[in-house]
Amino acid sequence: MSLIFWYIGLIPDFATIRDRAKNKISKSIYGALSFGWDGATKTWSRYETVALVLAGLATPLVLSVHTIVSMDFATSVIPGWHTTIFPPYFVAGAIFSGFAMVLTLMIVTRKVYKLEDYITIQHLEMMNIVIIITGSIVGVAYLTELFIAWYSGVEAEQYAFLNRATGPYWWAYAAMMTCNVVSPQLFWFKKIRTNIAATFVLSIVVNIGMWFERFVIIVTSLHRDFLPSSWAMFYPTFVDVGVYVFTFGLFFTCFFLFAKFFPVINMAEVKSIINTTGEKAK
Amino acid sequence: MMSNTKFILGVYEDEDILLSAITNIRTAGVKIHEVYSPFPVHGIDDVLGYKRSKLSIVAFLFGVLGTSLALTMQIGMMGVDWPMIIGGKDFIPYPSFVPVIFELTVLLAAYGMCFTFFIVSDLKPWAKPRIFDFRITDDKHVMAIDLDQNKIDVAKIDQILKDNGASEVNKKTFDEA
Repeated sequence: MSLIFWYIGLIPDFATIRDRAKNKISKSIYGALSFGWDGATKTWSRYETVALVLAGLATPLVLSVHTIVSMDFATSVIPGWHTTIFPPYFVAGAIFSGFAMVLTLMIVTRKVYKLEDYITIQHLEMMNIVIIITGSIVGVAYLTELFIAWYSGVEAEQYAFLNRATGPYWWAYAAMMTCNVVSPQLFWFKKIRTNIAATFVLSIVVNIGMWFERFVIIVTSLHRDFLPSSWAMFYPTFVDVGVYVFTFGLFFTCFFLFAKFFPVINMAEVKSIINTTGEKAK
Repeated sequence: MMSNTKFILGVYEDEDILLSAITNIRTAGVKIHEVYSPFPVHGIDDVLGYKRSKLSIVAFLFGVLGTSLALTMQIGMMGVDWPMIIGGKDFIPYPSFVPVIFELTVLLAAYGMCFTFFIVSDLKPWAKPRIFDFRITDDKHVMAIDLDQNKIDVAKIDQILKDNGASEVNKKTFDEA
């Protein structure tokens, strides 16, 4: 689903690259990738319908994907996972961490490719506002979890959350709270949310915070379950660390390949907005 | 059999001029083969007389197919093939079918619509498109007029295009098998 949405958006731009390609090999590769796009009005008209319907289908998908992932946790009986607030909490967290990750990558790409005229400070500011909102929603979710654990009167729940905040993994919980809830509040200051360096640093802080959120949910809930005899601490093996490093490698390899060979900004969409040929352009 | 298709091409730089030109040229009785643009021009479908695309209906129908498939599959598996007794629960628990129904609906709607779009627009990796002008994918709009479909004299079409704001008028012939 995401794959086809992503690819459909690229087709007209592949045609642009095909028509500018200087050698035969890249011409034929981009020719195949562009599916023989010719810019006909009829095709554009269908294309617009397709883009609209796909966007409409993809929007509820954001909710469903994260809701279902969170329900995989929530339907278990592990204290710390068994909470009804998970679906909205994960959706907010996904938008929050998604925006932070996009900001991290975008700020660097914008600088390297000199896209300052296309990705403006205003865009960054708007993204930072979304980060404040979703960060605060996530914060409310953390506090609600604590409150409900206490209010439920279930001993195991109460212990799970007390242990999470004050047990041997208190540092992970503190890091999550600071990075995800406290640090985005700095964006209330206009000076900070319109400052590129500050945005970059805070976006990385949020990325780290969201990593800790997963760590807190998974590790602190599992390391002490119902049987004290099976309580333990988590020590990653070289395989765990290797897989972690590998995910970085895989992601950045794909990202750099994309940035090198594919358009980082949708040219056709930008053209229709900035009026390159319209009256206002003159 | 080889046949030559000859086109007269009017190159336009401004979409507002293009839109009024299309109306004028059509009222002058010239049949426009197609207009090629670097981006979707709003309102161009109406002046060219194109109907709204029916692809959203296609998406809906594929969505209905997805819903029915998901329902049939789950009812068949859970209710008929392998009914499981779990704490007296219903063999066909609809609420737990919802995620699968939703995902299959969205998946089939999206892919069905996109592949229909590829087929009707003749988009495929091995397609050899007619490229009227390389600047179509950059910043020029090109109006193509098929000479075989028009009885009007070439020089006259030429003049009509120029009178209606075309910045260039070119000719292009495609040899097609």
